[in-house]
Parts: sequence; C-alpha cells; structure tokens
Amino acid sequence: MSGGVDSAVAAARAHAAGHDVTGVHLALARNPQTFRTGARGCCTLEDSRDARRAADVIGIPFYVWDMAEQFKADVVDDFVAEYAAGRTPNPCLRCNEKIKFEAVLDRAVALGFDAVVTGHHARLGADGLLRRSVDEGKDQSYVLAVLTREQLDRAVFPLGDSTKARVREEAAERGLAVADKPDSHDICFISDGDTQGFLQRQLGDAPGDIVDGRTGERLGSHNGAYGFTVGQRKGLDLRVPAADGRPRYVLSITPVTNTVTVGPREDLEVGVVTASKVIWHGESTSVECDVQLRAHGEVYPATVTIEGDTLTARLTSPARGVAAGQAIVAYQRSADGDIVLGSATITASAPLATARA
Amino acid sequence: MLDEALAAYVAAAREVGNPSSLHAAGRHARRLVEESRERIAAALGARPSEVIFTSGGTESDNLAVKGIFWARRAGSLNRSRVVASSVEHHAVMDSADWLGTHEGAQLSWLPVDEAGRVDPASLASLLASYAEEVAVISVQWANNEVGTVQPVAELARLAADAGIPFHTDAVQALGQVPVDFAASGAAAMTVTGHKVGGPVGVGALLLGRDVACTPLLHGGGQERDVRSGTLDTAGVAAFAVAVETTVKSQAAYAQRVGDLRDELVARVRAAVPDAILNGDPADRLPGNAHFSFPGCEGDALLLLLDAQGVCCSTGSACSAGVAQPSHVLVAMGADDDRARSSLRFTLGHTSTLADVDELLAALPGAVERARRATAWKTPR
Repeated sequence: MSGGVDSAVAAARAHAAGHDVTGVHLALARNPQTFRTGARGCCTLEDSRDARRAADVIGIPFYVWDMAEQFKADVVDDFVAEYAAGRTPNPCLRCNEKIKFEAVLDRAVALGFDAVVTGHHARLGADGLLRRSVDEGKDQSYVLAVLTREQLDRAVFPLGDSTKARVREEAAERGLAVADKPDSHDICFISDGDTQGFLQRQLGDAPGDIVDGRTGERLGSHNGAYGFTVGQRKGLDLRVPAADGRPRYVLSITPVTNTVTVGPREDLEVGVVTASKVIWHGESTSVECDVQLRAHGEVYPATVTIEGDTLTARLTSPARGVAAGQAIVAYQRSADGDIVLGSATITASAPLATARA
Repeated sequence: MLDEALAAYVAAAREVGNPSSLHAAGRHARRLVEESRERIAAALGARPSEVIFTSGGTESDNLAVKGIFWARRAGSLNRSRVVASSVEHHAVMDSADWLGTHEGAQLSWLPVDEAGRVDPASLASLLASYAEEVAVISVQWANNEVGTVQPVAELARLAADAGIPFHTDAVQALGQVPVDFAASGAAAMTVTGHKVGGPVGVGALLLGRDVACTPLLHGGGQERDVRSGTLDTAGVAAFAVAVETTVKSQAAYAQRVGDLRDELVARVRAAVPDAILNGDPADRLPGNAHFSFPGCEGDALLLLLDAQGVCCSTGSACSAGVAQPSHVLVAMGADDDRARSSLRFTLGHTSTLADVDELLAALPGAVERARRATAWKTPR
C-alpha cells in the first residue's frame, strides 16, 4: 500500500471479497527524507501515514516493511548502471520484477501468505492471462509483463476491470481519504524530478563527442552520454546546423567510445527490434501480434519470433525512437482486453531497409 | 488506566476550576492539585515542593537535561559537558544530542556491559578527568527495552561527591521496583502517569529544592517557576492515585509478575533453544522478557504473533514505521542481525498464565516461518 488511491481500493476489494488481507507499506529508503520531500511520491512519511489510515478504514492489519537495501541494489543502482551503459531503463518495471513480486512476494509466502495484491491497472483473471486494463490510459500491463508465470500465479490485480475514475469514486464511497490524492508520475527515488541532475550526481561528468550518424563528423560535445535518450531532439546544443537545416535527433549512444550519434528524423526509424531476457507466455514461438516499445507508447503490428533467449520483432511499419534497455511487450489483440504474450529487454534495433537486405 | 485512577479523573474532570484562579472553584482545584502533589511526594520519598508536574516523561527528561545544563553553564561557562549512558531513552539521548549540536555541549556516553548495565567505575574514571566540566549526568533507573536495572544509588553518590546534579529517568522503574527519590541520592527524577496505570499526558519531574534548572516553557510559571502551563487538575489527581496505588502494591506485583516472567523465559528457552535472553538475568524489571531469535527478523515475528493475538514489540521504529536496530542492543555489543532479531514481551497487571500459554502455542511456528522468511535475503 503505497499511500495512493489505487492500492487502497485494491486492498479494500480483496478484503471485501473475503480474503484475509494484511496491508504492507514498503519503506524504500532507510531515511525516508533522503528520497522525496515533495508532496507526492512512493516513500514519503505522508504516504506511509496515508497507507496506514487506509488500512485502518478498511479494517486490516498494517505493517511497514523495510525494503531499502533491496530497492537500492535492484532498482536504484540498476537504474544508474543502465544509463551508464547507454541504455534507458524502466525503474517501475524493475521494481515490480525485483521488489513487489520477488522480495515482497517471497517474504510474504514464507510468512504464510498466498499472494500479493497490488493496485496496478491490469487484468489477471481466472484464465491466468494478463490483459490490459479497461482503462487504456491507465493501463500498466507494460510494466507487469516482465512477471514470470510463477509470479503471476501469486499476483492479484483487483482494479483491472475499473477505470481510474471509478476507482476514485469507489475510494470516496468507502470513506478512504486518499480518494482525491493526485497520481504519482515521476520516478519515486528522484526527489526533485530532475533525472539528469540525479544521474549527474551519481555518475559525474564524462565529456564526449556528439557525431553525425551519416558522415561521422564531430558536431559538438556533451558532459555525459547518460544525459541523452534515443529520439531526443532538445538539449543537443549543437552549434553547427544540419546541411538541410532540419532538426537532428539522438540516434544512438555508444558507451565504449562515450559517443552520442545524431541524425535526421527518418534515421530514427526502426523496423527490427531484438531483445533478450525473454519472458514468454505464448504457446507459439512465432506470432503475428502487436508490440509496445515503451511505457504509454503506441503499439505496432509485428511478427515476433522467439529463439532461445532472443526475441526478434519485425515491424510492419517503422517505429521511431526505440531505446535499448526499454521493454518490448507483445500483445495479442482480444475483445476482452489485449493479452500479454511476453516481454523482453531491447538490446538492439535496425532500420527496415537493413532488415530486408 | 486503573479503575481507581479513572474514577479520580472522572470526578475531577466534572468540576470547574483552574488551580491558579483565586475564586472558590479555583481554590478547590488547587487543593486537589496540592493533595495530589503530597500523595506523589509521599509515595516516592520526595518533598511536595520537589514535585513539578509536566506533560510526561519526554518533557521531564528534556527539562532535566537541558534545564540543568543551562543553569549550570550559566554559573560557569566551563560546565558544558553532558554525561549520559549509551542506553538512555531517546528523550534523554536526543536532548543531549541537541545540546551538542546547538549549544556547544560536549557529550560523554557511558558504556554498558553485555547485560546493558553501566559500571560505576566508568563514571568514576570519567569524573576523575572531567569533573570540573560536567554540567549534568543522566542515567536511567531501568532500561525500557531490555529491562536492566541500573546501579542508580552508586552513580548518584559519585555524582554528588563531585558536586554534579544527577538525573535519572525512572519512567520504567516506577511501580516495578522500589523507587525512593531521597534514598537514591538523585537530584532529579522523571516519572510519568501512563506507565503506572494513570493517564497519558501527565508526569512529573522530581527536582531537588536546591537544584537550579532553567525553564523550557515560559509563561505563568505555575510550577515553581520552572514549568509554565495551566495544570491539568483531573490528570494530576488520577496520576497521584495511580502512583500511590502502584507503589503500594509494588512488592506483591513484582513477586507475581516476576514469577510469571520467569515461567515465560523458561518456556521460551525450552521451545526455542537458541533464543538469547537479553538484559541482566537477575537485576531486571519483573515484567520484562527480551529475546533475540537468531535467524529471524523481529518485525516478521511480530506480524506472525500479532496475527495470533499476541502483542509484542520490536523496539523502536522511525516515523515512517520502519523498525530500526535498537541502539540499546548495539550498545550492549549486539551486531545488526542480532539487534534486528529481537523481540520484547512485557507482562503487567492483567497478565496471566493463560497469556504465557497463548504465546508459547504460537511462538514455535512463528519462529520457524520467520526463519524461512529471512532466507529470501540470502543471495540466490
């Protein structure tokens, strides 16, 4: 129970359904003030109190579990290391994978609980299939697709069949004071929302070159390649205009040479995505389906093939700004909510032309 | 609250009257306050004028440590050292820390042995070097976590010989062991209501008549000009009844609850042979049993026992609710794992053998599960 409205209503629904529910709030920093001091986030004292009050209203026991060590090792340090390696991590996904459905779940099972209930917006029904929430705008199946079959078998998502608006209404009906609490958006361990500043403090200055992807010409310099994300246009601070005067975008980041490569928008276009660390629920290892390449991103029709621990997706139309480190999640279209077939971590991408060649 | 204390509270709370008012209702309230002061003084071996009512233990500790420090340093700028044991309650510890951070105080923490006991020789040797610098010494009467009773009279005598005011936090000790302010030789002593079956929010600092103490709170100067604030007549009346009742029954209580505690300790050791009893094995509070359960995390055990109707305590938690490794156990030489594996069982007036049976029915299974729950932490 983060102290937000979703987990409060999820707990209330699980309790109302007759389960023996215990509320757990995760303390993710030894000294909570060292993380977020603002009004919103996942680990403030205010959130801990809000979660406790929600548990009181629901009428369930409530405890705070100290997950600071695991969170730092598996989420924060991983986040920094991924940026240092030129990739773009998703810490919420990592937190689901390593904290909520591993550290918390394992401890809970050892203590005698059967499952972990969360307030994620996704559907997980009796058929065991993970589907998008009915609220497409709030759907969180993308950051849950990393869960294995074993993890899903011990997960309960009571909110998947409700819109966020309905969840807020229900919170108010149940007398939960968090009903109108604002949503959290930012990364919870970056207190001021300044990701670049956070990375700069963690990784220090690492000056390098910005080069043109087509000509190899050096166009400028940067203070740390971690400050860039594939697809980024702003903040390149290039003094040399492009020959055709069109804007340039970050195409790739090469940590070995500490180089940021830029080029025109069309060079961002990607037709083939390869990924590793595959979690696959589908029966067939070669399917026509949709793929999503970043959180809240659009979906692309593709042919997805699994070979060993490598997933390859051939897109029928190009995608732009595909960053290594992000998850690729495959969905099978369904009238009852698109079904998650599997997920993997993007390692490389290539333009369509190369793929055809 | 004890029935007698509750009855005294309700009776007094029905009456109108501020004890500082001069009219009849005020005089009636004042009389009740002064009778209460006399009863408390009589029960604790103090003079009535030595009883300063406060809002409880935290305020009394702050007043004693900071107030005596300020008064002594005002007398001589040299006197800027605060001496306290390393197992004090946070109300003393954090007051001393605050003086160190904001008032330039030097701090000396007295070590404890593995039973949590301060060796008077360590105070003697400290005074041999620093007696001229010390403004105030504070050592608790008994520890709130592991129950160890401190050699207060010996420590107070050393302090008195050096001409230094000695404060003792007796919050945990009152009603559990014999507590006599005059006989202890202490210059100041903290007591509070809710630990003796009185109301929460009322306590006292017993302060020797000749001990200078600078106020924390300024205003009407109601309590000997050392403490300001309208007195809570009903709270004070109930507090006095609770103190009197508890002190009167202390010996019988200690016998009964001490026997029950010994039974609990023996049965826990039989059920969990590697459990470690923390604190002084003999010289401890009668209702206190404090164990480390190797391989368990205290908060996991607490959750499991709580679910079976057994309320116990892991020690302190930060404001977000995260259990912290106890500074008391760390001072006693425990490592982080042992400190985190600890649990306190407290027995009191209402405890019976049936409660011990209930604990022992739940404990072995809880320990086994908690041990399994620790396994997820080991790298896979």
